[in-house]
Amino acid sequence: MSDFTSAFWSAFVAILTLVSILGCGVLLYVTGRVRVKPSAKDAQGSAGPGTTGHVWDEDLAEYNNPLPRWWMWLFYITIVFGFAYLALYPGLGQLPGILDWSSASAYATERDELDAKMKPVYQKYLAMDVKAVAADPQAHAMGERLFLNNCAQCHGSDAGGSKGFPSLRDRDWLYGGEPEVIKESITNGRNGIMPPLGPVLGEDGVKSVTNYVRSLSGLPHDGLRAELGRPLFMQTCAACHGADGKGNTQLGAPNLTDQIWLYGGSAVTIAETISKGRGQASAVTRMPAHKDLLDAGKIQLLTAYVWGLSNLKQGGAQ
Amino acid sequence: MNGPTPYAIIPIEPAVEEGSLYEIRKKLYPRVVHGWFAGWRWALVFLTQAIFFGSPWVSWNGRQAVLFDLAARKFYIFGWLFWPQDIIYLSGLLIVCALSLFLFTAVAGRLWCGYACPQTVYTEIFLWIERKIEGDRLARIRLDAAPFSLEKLVQKSLKHTAWFTVALWTGYTFVGYFTPIRDLGIRAITWQLGPWETFWVLFYGFATYGNAGWMREQVCKYMCPYARFQSVMFDRDTLVITYDRERGEPRGPRSKSTDRQEKGIGDCVDCNICVQVCPTGIDIREGLQYECIGCAACIDGCDQVMEKMGYAPGLIRYTTDHALKNGLDARAMWKRVFRPRTLVYGAALVAIVAISVGALAMRNPLKVDVIRDRGALAREVGPGLIENIYRLQLMNTDEQARQVTIAATGLPGISVVGVAQPIVLEAASTRLVPLRVQVPVYAASGSDALKPGTHKIEFVIQAQDDDKVVRHEQSSFIIPR
Repeated sequence: MSDFTSAFWSAFVAILTLVSILGCGVLLYVTGRVRVKPSAKDAQGSAGPGTTGHVWDEDLAEYNNPLPRWWMWLFYITIVFGFAYLALYPGLGQLPGILDWSSASAYATERDELDAKMKPVYQKYLAMDVKAVAADPQAHAMGERLFLNNCAQCHGSDAGGSKGFPSLRDRDWLYGGEPEVIKESITNGRNGIMPPLGPVLGEDGVKSVTNYVRSLSGLPHDGLRAELGRPLFMQTCAACHGADGKGNTQLGAPNLTDQIWLYGGSAVTIAETISKGRGQASAVTRMPAHKDLLDAGKIQLLTAYVWGLSNLKQGGAQ
Repeated sequence: MNGPTPYAIIPIEPAVEEGSLYEIRKKLYPRVVHGWFAGWRWALVFLTQAIFFGSPWVSWNGRQAVLFDLAARKFYIFGWLFWPQDIIYLSGLLIVCALSLFLFTAVAGRLWCGYACPQTVYTEIFLWIERKIEGDRLARIRLDAAPFSLEKLVQKSLKHTAWFTVALWTGYTFVGYFTPIRDLGIRAITWQLGPWETFWVLFYGFATYGNAGWMREQVCKYMCPYARFQSVMFDRDTLVITYDRERGEPRGPRSKSTDRQEKGIGDCVDCNICVQVCPTGIDIREGLQYECIGCAACIDGCDQVMEKMGYAPGLIRYTTDHALKNGLDARAMWKRVFRPRTLVYGAALVAIVAISVGALAMRNPLKVDVIRDRGALAREVGPGLIENIYRLQLMNTDEQARQVTIAATGLPGISVVGVAQPIVLEAASTRLVPLRVQVPVYAASGSDALKPGTHKIEFVIQAQDDDKVVRHEQSSFIIPR
């Protein structure tokens, strides 16, 4: 955590700071005792501004424009304050100060205060059924803000998803659309993996299976190829996607019959998905677990919001 | 230590005459002064304090008329509701203030300092209290020099109690600008003020008490930056408070019947009234000095003496360097008020005022920020139907709820979907509205067919109750390859 590469610099800063403050004190003391020549009185009998006695370039004198003495005492107070502050707060190199204050702990304190303030609100929603929460306008507004802050980066502001990130607006769910399942997805994340089957199926096999998969949702396909692909599908793919291709929400295996494509439904994209797999090369395609990022109350509101997206009409009304 | 104590405690530190870099302040006992300029000052004391103490108590549309709600970041001033986004109007106000200061100073010196500055105004009020309790200049000097006595204790305690009361009231009023003052009053009485409210009431009160009661002219001499830089606006034609040396000198006491010409003396009777009334303790007869705050107390004081002596007033008066040196008459002097410097200041002032007022009058209560979704550039939702996602940050700065509709223009067949229209914007609220814009790409044919790439579109956000409340916001629509 140290900002310094060696203890020397910490000591250097601390000593420099202390010496500087002490130096200010010495300067104050010395200037407080300096006596300067009063200037001669003029014809009217009033003294002009005295000079400090310093003369440069033969005739440039420095006027003495004295500060009020209480001002000097303020400077002394500032010095005392400086030492007190440095003793209490972290300021001298690495020394943490007596109060042990840090910006991180201050942030934590403030966050705890806010959490305590918001707790009753979240408690209320935690006690309610997710479907009832979804219908609550205030919960909807809070959920929307939470969604825009935490989810919209991948799933889109409208929750419509994009390539690799499922739409949350339709009624098609990879893992199931029941409130408990949505909550589980948010809390612990999901890690759907499509293994690369190129080496198993071979180039020709991939082509056949691609045509069979496209035939499942009625997309244009080569009928002969599809027939050839059918046994391969049953052998290799049906374990996860099911014999009928309707997927398996236990595994997060997508339904291949509904024309909703996570990565795209073109023949090229499907072939790529089959041969190279999905979700292995990059962690980006994982749904991250949010249990450490969001507390239970927020997850409850998000669950309700997401569930409401496809189950309720807009505006929170059932 | 055992001997009798001398009457007064004399400062042990050597005074400035002995030449220190720090000086002991010599307490001033400004003498009361009445007259034309003192009247003006009192008029401004009443005006400024009526505004300061009065405005938090005014109600407007069921709320406090002037309230700066820092926690909610909403600033109410009568019919207006300002948001942090409206900071430009504050800049306008500050520029107007600065230019006014320039203009007034160029015309007649430190008018602000002498008549309207809070330091002057509160010092005037505190001096008035001091005078009512301890008496005028001489009585106060005597009281301070007198040994400790019950009467002195009573007078001093009375004075400080009165000062504290006024000071606390200013602190209370100040905080009343930031938290509803009536509610604050109730909580103050029932001893339920929050820690910050208590702090600011006491802090502001202490500042008033300290600055107006104790610091007084030192604030102007040592602390105030405006005091120092105002002299750069002075020129030969600036009206400044000046002692007419030619007319006054040689000064000297005389009886009313003395023939001045015969005796060869000037009009100054050397009564020192001008010095005694001066709140900064200078002698105006030594010429223009930086300490002079331009309060014109010396003019009022001197004119009274001149009147008693049967001399013409104006031995000390507002005049210009030019007029004094070249013997200009009043007409010629006043004509020179209109010179390039003042005309430029004046023109700039008028221009900024006009721009600010115009901008304020045309202020649109609807503010919109369009944010394109970055996660997904575009998606195809149907055959040839391209969809982009946006978030619109809608802000209703008004105190009435509004319904708005959002439309998009700029591409053939463009439509806004995914949002329930009209959108209700509560009074003084912001709302983040996610929405989708769809464009049929293959619908257009020929050379105008939409090419892949970025296209400019415009969102039109229209309030339903007022045609004039409308925003046009530029954005872009992306059609993928």
